[in-house]
Amino acid sequence: MQKMPAKYYAFFTLPTLIAFLLAFFIPFLLGIYLSFNTFTTVTNARWAGLTNYVRAFAEDHNFLNATIFTAKFAVVSVILINVFAFSLALLLTRKMRGENGFRTVFFMPNLIGGIVLGYIWLLIINGILINFGYDITFSAKFGFWGLVVVTNWQMIGYMMIIYIAGILAIPRELMEAAKIDGANSWQILKGITIPMVMPAITICTFLTVANSFKLFDQNLALTAGAPGRASAMMALDIFTTFYNRNGYEGVGQAKALVFTVIVAIIVLIQLFFSRRRELES
Amino acid sequence: METHRRPLDNVVFVLVLILALLFLSPIFIVFMNSFKGRFFISDAPFALPNAQTFVGLDNYTSGILKVGFLPAFGYSLFITVFSVAAIVLFTAMTAWCITRVKSKLSTAIYYLLIFSMIVPFQMVMFTMSKTANILHLDNPVGIIVLYLGFGAGLSVFIYSGFIKSIPHEIEEAATIDGCNPIQTFFLIVFPILRPISITIAILNTMWIWNDYLLPYLTIGSNYKTIPIAVQYLQGGYGSKDMGAMMALLVLAIIPIVIFYLFLQKYIIEGVAAGAVKG
Repeated sequence: MQKMPAKYYAFFTLPTLIAFLLAFFIPFLLGIYLSFNTFTTVTNARWAGLTNYVRAFAEDHNFLNATIFTAKFAVVSVILINVFAFSLALLLTRKMRGENGFRTVFFMPNLIGGIVLGYIWLLIINGILINFGYDITFSAKFGFWGLVVVTNWQMIGYMMIIYIAGILAIPRELMEAAKIDGANSWQILKGITIPMVMPAITICTFLTVANSFKLFDQNLALTAGAPGRASAMMALDIFTTFYNRNGYEGVGQAKALVFTVIVAIIVLIQLFFSRRRELES
Repeated sequence: METHRRPLDNVVFVLVLILALLFLSPIFIVFMNSFKGRFFISDAPFALPNAQTFVGLDNYTSGILKVGFLPAFGYSLFITVFSVAAIVLFTAMTAWCITRVKSKLSTAIYYLLIFSMIVPFQMVMFTMSKTANILHLDNPVGIIVLYLGFGAGLSVFIYSGFIKSIPHEIEEAATIDGCNPIQTFFLIVFPILRPISITIAILNTMWIWNDYLLPYLTIGSNYKTIPIAVQYLQGGYGSKDMGAMMALLVLAIIPIVIFYLFLQKYIIEGVAAGAVKG
């Protein structure tokens, strides 16, 4: 169907489009505009040029620290989550008994929301640290590793499912031919499994990077940025700037735009890599 | 199927079993602590309840009363069910229309919706909550519009991918038989979309049921959903009631576990399908 009368086109698209404009698009454009203004509500904006951007970085180092904390967190959790998830996927594609049950168990934490996850682990981490006379707010290092543990627990099962799908899609003949030629498990893993699941590895890597950057709920529940704002990640720092300090709404919006650009760049790099892979194959 | 078992399988089985038990232990620990008195939790979370620390269901009654868990459950359920229904219905309509009608407008709508997927929520949270406030969308019905707007990107993207893969001859036959586009969509297309609709419904249910920030900023002060109720108990003034907290965490997990056990096949397939396309 190449054409559709306008009244039908409107019937099919308008409900979504109106909701999209109200919830996302207008607030998005307004957000860009307001990042160059000082304001306390959306109706009393005064032009301020780049002041908000300068204040976001120069007034204190909260945002810069949050960016560094987030980047470090992303590197550590991306590596750990993917190594664990891939190893589990390998263990659970051997046609062993109980595989489906295990998949069910490992995936389950992914369905629990970030706030609830954060408080479950707050109990456990503080329960361990209390034996040494600490709690999680004692040092940003505790918060960092606490967040790594929480996101691992949450994300490993999800990534494992994607890796399992990738591994099961490898043609059996490849494996069998390699075995007949006398390849050992390590050679099969390096020569066949890993190259064949590269698309899954790309997807999982970028999913974990993007999720790490956007992490908010777990951060709020586990440490709320404590001590001070030392364990606040970018999303939490932006939230705090908006809602905990009067007169900083513009600064918060400027930080949010910087954050958006960083996340967008990560996604664009991902698109570039997956497009190139599609062209190669 | 393998005809003979490899000896290594037993070692792997035990290893994975231990890992699985470790994976489940946090939930078990919270469950166990939900039956202990509030002052016996933080100091010794790994100790089983005993005659001195066991308080029966006291934490559950105080937790439910303190944050209004029952209304919170009702709001969460209402918002999730109707938002997901709206997303499934309206984004399927939009995706079908802009995929089948090839025009500049369709392309523009598609890319605009895709673009919203990469923008993090923090970018729009302040302006969106103010807009919602001005337009009186800051209630459990209005928030459905917000979820439709935010969910549109991913859902239209996944639907479009699926629609491109189904032949349009059936739809053309329906048109020749005298169906108008609305009849064609609801009688022919929407039923064909069923498997992908289940995926869309599951992905959006997981997101909306657990979402904290959007409802907190728009309706949180008047209508607390479950995540807001949990956060409210912890962040609220006065001393923290760890007992009530444990009970609330258990109550928050139970509906998810039930949902998961009933639909796990669809959930796991849906997640794999959604991730590969996203």
